[in-house]
Amino acid sequence: MFDWRWEFVWQITPRLVEATGRTILAALLGYGIAMVLGLFFALAQRTRFKLVNKPIREFVEFIRSTPLILQIFFVFYVGPQFGVMLSPWPAGMIAIGLHYASYLSEVYRGGIDSVPKGQWEAATSLSLSPTRTYYRVIIPQAIPPAFAGMGNYLVGIFKDTPMLSVIGVAELMHTANSIGSEHYRFLEPYTMVGVIFLLISLPTAAVLRKAEVKIRRKMGLR
Amino acid sequence: MKPTVFHYPAKLEGEDIPLVRFHEVTKRYGDLVVLDSLDLDVAEGEMVAIIGPSGSGKTTVLRMLMALEKINDGIIYVDGEPLTHMSRNGGLVWADEKHLRRQRLNIGMCFQHFNLFPHMTALENCIEAPVQVLGMSKADAIKRAEELLDMVGMLEKAHEHPSRLSGGQQQRVAIARSLAMRPKVMLFDEVTSALDPEVIGEVTTVIRKLVHKHNLTMLMVTHQMGFAKEISDRVCFFYDGKIEEQGPPDQIFGNPKSERTQQFLSAVLEAN
Amino acid sequence: MEFLVFLKDHGPELIRGSLTTIELTMLSAALAIIIAVIAGLMRLSTNRLVYGPATVYVEIFRGTSLLVQIYWIFFVLPLFGLTLEKFTAGFIAVGMNLGAYGAELVRGGIQSVPKGQWEAATALSMSPAIRMRRIIFPQALLNMLPPWGNLLIELLKGTALVALISVSDLMFMAKKINSTTYLSAQVFGIALVLYYLMSRGLITPFMRWLERLMARKVGKRL
Repeated sequence: MFDWRWEFVWQITPRLVEATGRTILAALLGYGIAMVLGLFFALAQRTRFKLVNKPIREFVEFIRSTPLILQIFFVFYVGPQFGVMLSPWPAGMIAIGLHYASYLSEVYRGGIDSVPKGQWEAATSLSLSPTRTYYRVIIPQAIPPAFAGMGNYLVGIFKDTPMLSVIGVAELMHTANSIGSEHYRFLEPYTMVGVIFLLISLPTAAVLRKAEVKIRRKMGLR
Repeated sequence: MKPTVFHYPAKLEGEDIPLVRFHEVTKRYGDLVVLDSLDLDVAEGEMVAIIGPSGSGKTTVLRMLMALEKINDGIIYVDGEPLTHMSRNGGLVWADEKHLRRQRLNIGMCFQHFNLFPHMTALENCIEAPVQVLGMSKADAIKRAEELLDMVGMLEKAHEHPSRLSGGQQQRVAIARSLAMRPKVMLFDEVTSALDPEVIGEVTTVIRKLVHKHNLTMLMVTHQMGFAKEISDRVCFFYDGKIEEQGPPDQIFGNPKSERTQQFLSAVLEAN
Repeated sequence: MEFLVFLKDHGPELIRGSLTTIELTMLSAALAIIIAVIAGLMRLSTNRLVYGPATVYVEIFRGTSLLVQIYWIFFVLPLFGLTLEKFTAGFIAVGMNLGAYGAELVRGGIQSVPKGQWEAATALSMSPAIRMRRIIFPQALLNMLPPWGNLLIELLKGTALVALISVSDLMFMAKKINSTTYLSAQVFGIALVLYYLMSRGLITPFMRWLERLMARKVGKRL
């Protein structure tokens, strides 16, 4: 074929493996932030107070409609302008966490909306309180449909971590870039990064799909 | 903003008060009037069948009585107490959610599409509200639920999830679930409409049992004229949000006075 | 007033960048749609030789990061003797990435058409090609338009990544102005608003219009 060097591959593998660990860490941290913040966004949008739900709605729309890469730059560079220095990791986690929180809030909302109206009415007819209704009837049924979306975004956040390289988070892409410029060889590092992403995201997606089926069955839903 | 004060009686008193009273109840969806100043009394132990063409407001009657939605005008009393209103400083104002929740305890409802909680087994469906709302102990709730499931013939399937049950079985569990709350009034909203013809019988058998053995007060919206005729004490024919004609089943089915009732019944009978 | 001076100095650059972004978006959208229809239909085939390649394409492009794909196409493809100009490399990468997601929408849309429609067309002796073109696809199209609206916004956001291979789009211009003026809040803030306007002011209304148009053609009420 062309100039593919296996010895170079072996030489750089340890560095890439280490960077893979940091990539996964970044994805999980960001996802953790997004899960909590997203729930807050979703519930805030369900309140009746217009002064709360309208601005949050607009904010979520705004975040979802603009590029993550730009948001990363924004968070990283705007702080120093006002005297707040954020190092790459916190800045990156804030940006990616916020971005995916707005996606997850939509997933939560969708899950809750997918519960048929009859379930609310049955709960009402049995005099269950609103809190009980949410906690015992609605949320358990909202989880399985939301689970698929949540899984997609877990894989999604993992695939978006390379963007953190632009502010110097030493994840996979950043490491591949450094290797490339040190050795003047980009073929192997970039290809390997692609393969690593495939090796992680494809099985993860498959496992999540299986888990979804299992959850549904466990809850007695179809 | 001051709440509107109403001058209906704050309590129905006397010897012969009905268990349920609709007084000039109006319900609108936008410009569409679904219930038009409806008056309806239901006595204790009475079984009232509600029939009529679709869009005549018959299901709405049940939904208002269950307080699933708010009425626009008039007042509903259950057991002499206002359901849609509550006392405040000597007058009546619209009921708040807390009042509604307390009043709903008097009423049970079965839905056309059962609305069992799919993530709970038949038994769990039946003990959820008694434990959470009435504060019963789990053991007592299970005991009561098992009796009721036995009564509807579903004890064997107590530990199945709804997705494993047929429509008729789900509806029987739904009836047991409502009864577990010991309501004073039971509402049946087209409970056989979503069922296959061959399982309708298992549900009507249960309702028949309730009528003959338990003397419950019931309102039933139905398309099954034969069943309505057999089981009810009184039939109300709804047309355009009003009761067009009402009376004992023999009279309504045998000798209807209103032309609309005659037309409706002959159309329904022809379809069968 | 300072802000007005800033706008006067840098407005033209940001507008030029925005126009490049719009151009990129339109080209990659066209490419994504063509690929999505072809790959989506191939995925529905029962012939391994037809659905196999489409599946591999979809899995690779959905399983790795867009940024990795952009770098790979721009830096690695030349080693295979295929050198693309950066603008071309950029829109091809974005188009191929979103095309993979679009293929799944096409596949899902077609599968969502009720089985009775296939059977009715078959019962009228329609050939598979006619059945697809005249009966199934028009109905599928209506079902998939709303998710395509979201996908096109993802595509617009995706184009921001080509700034990293120095295509002078809005993102690139914003970065450039930031590095000379250090007015990060202003420049990145304006860029975010411009992206938002493109998403919600151009793409969303256009898709709504298209949905109404298609609904009328298919005779469905929205």
